[in-house]
Amino acid sequence: MESIIQGRVFKFGDNINSDVIIPGRYLIYIDKERLGQHAFEMLGEGFGAKLRSFDILVAGRNFGCGSAREQAATAIQGLGVKAVVACSFARTFYRNAINDGLPIVECPALYPVVAEGDVIQIDLAAGKIHHAGREHTFPKMPDSVRQILELGGLAEYLKAQLADEAHRAREG
Amino acid sequence: MTIAEKILSAKSGRSAVTPGEIVEAYPDLVMSHTATWRSASVMQRVGATRLYDPDRLAIVLDHISPAKTEKYAADQQASRNFARQYGVGKFYDVDAGIAHLVLMEAGHVAPGDLIVGTDSHCTIYGSLGALGTGIGYTEVTSVWITGRLWMKVPESVRITLDGRFSTGVYSKDLMLYLIGTLGADGCSYKSVEFYGNAIPALSVSERMTMANLAMEMGVKCAFVPPDLKTAEYLQARLTDARPYQPVYADTDAVYLEQVDVNLAQLEPMVACPHEVENTKPIGEVAGTHIDQAFLGSCANAKYEDLVVAAGILKGRRVHPGVRLIVTPGSKKIMLEAMNSGVLQTLLEAGGMVTNPGCGACAGDGGMLADGEVCLSTANRNFLGRMGSGKSSIYLSSPATLAASAIEGAIADPRGFF
Repeated sequence: MESIIQGRVFKFGDNINSDVIIPGRYLIYIDKERLGQHAFEMLGEGFGAKLRSFDILVAGRNFGCGSAREQAATAIQGLGVKAVVACSFARTFYRNAINDGLPIVECPALYPVVAEGDVIQIDLAAGKIHHAGREHTFPKMPDSVRQILELGGLAEYLKAQLADEAHRAREG
Repeated sequence: MTIAEKILSAKSGRSAVTPGEIVEAYPDLVMSHTATWRSASVMQRVGATRLYDPDRLAIVLDHISPAKTEKYAADQQASRNFARQYGVGKFYDVDAGIAHLVLMEAGHVAPGDLIVGTDSHCTIYGSLGALGTGIGYTEVTSVWITGRLWMKVPESVRITLDGRFSTGVYSKDLMLYLIGTLGADGCSYKSVEFYGNAIPALSVSERMTMANLAMEMGVKCAFVPPDLKTAEYLQARLTDARPYQPVYADTDAVYLEQVDVNLAQLEPMVACPHEVENTKPIGEVAGTHIDQAFLGSCANAKYEDLVVAAGILKGRRVHPGVRLIVTPGSKKIMLEAMNSGVLQTLLEAGGMVTNPGCGACAGDGGMLADGEVCLSTANRNFLGRMGSGKSSIYLSSPATLAASAIEGAIADPRGFF
């Protein structure tokens, strides 16, 4: 995962729930591409395709509320979206995003001043967002949590840990 | 400390914790439902071959059960094979019912437990004083292997309930009122504790609805502190006779917020499309035409819920323009309803009864066409959740549902007692 993420913004409102992000009927899939094809399809035909021309989703309060489905984070990545910035996230989505390797940032200050199509730059390591000549700060994640995100998600993190254990067992 | 603080400190081997702190906690139980195959595939992907403790796993195949397509059949087969390969004793197949209800009925949930699972409505375990919360399938794999996960200690909110419900008003109405008042993120990341002189009179079934619906305010977990009713419920079910220690908050526990509700002042409530927080008193939506009525879900398909609906439907007829779909929460509930004649009443009134499970709430049968309206006793009315993106879902108590099925439109149940 890169520490600097730059791109064009698409703007959502409050309470975007995980049923809208990816309907339950597609939970039979777990791969990014397939899930990405159906992401946000409840919002109308072609809505998901439109989102593909944006890089970063910006949302209001409680993004990802509802179901604990991990595929909500996977589907967003399947659209080619590189990060989500929201005023706040629902807790299950927050965890799933980290575990899925999707960078997420809580930054309420950005929301009122950013518009669709604006370009923003997120510096995850520094906890800063650059937008229209202004700088917004956000609290950095705890190191232990950021480590999971940096490795690309929890599965990669687990794989690395298991490899490390196996290595130590051989050495020991 | 609050209940959540006490349970998280006990499960992370600490003497005390404070809100905002991150701890490494060891859950007593990891529930996975139809998503089990996904967690099993992650296990393969990361190259793990051992579970931390097979006795801490519980698997219930509840969504889309029995399989309705070959893909679901293959996924369920993978889940069964996983359970067999790793010796998971707490395995319940597609006939059992909704995971949450099945696990509580089977005595796998006790006060003070920490339970995580692949379902946001794991909060329901708080009705028995356990800390339940939802996680994704990859994280379930991680807990299977390592036995632990990071958890942030939540701040707590205290909700005090006084008085008694008037006739025709239930804990579902209370929760819709609270969600409407506090908002879909009104208790985001928080732990909610219910107190007040109304609690002793509330049945365990009513408490389950409370802890279940609390999720729709964004909670991490919710608790009804265990009392005599809890002990009675557990006595009949904790078959493995494992010792448990109810966890109560200290008198000097710190709460972020205090909310007071007088139950006597509540009236039947309905959540309107397409967000649960979009609630209205029954009077404002009565008369709204419905095509389907769904009596099901982990929120309101318990035996008591079926009894309430049957009480109203007995000797009456479902409106010819309405499909009443009844999906009992579990096989045990279905058997009880069969033996007591409740199922017969529901069928005779014009309803249909499906096998137990998540049913239409998870998009399994009972799908809605363009322009159709469903009144449901479930916990979510999100856009397109039950089919077409041009359909609408309203949420209510089982009593309001039964009255509305008769009228063919959303109706106040208080005229039916």
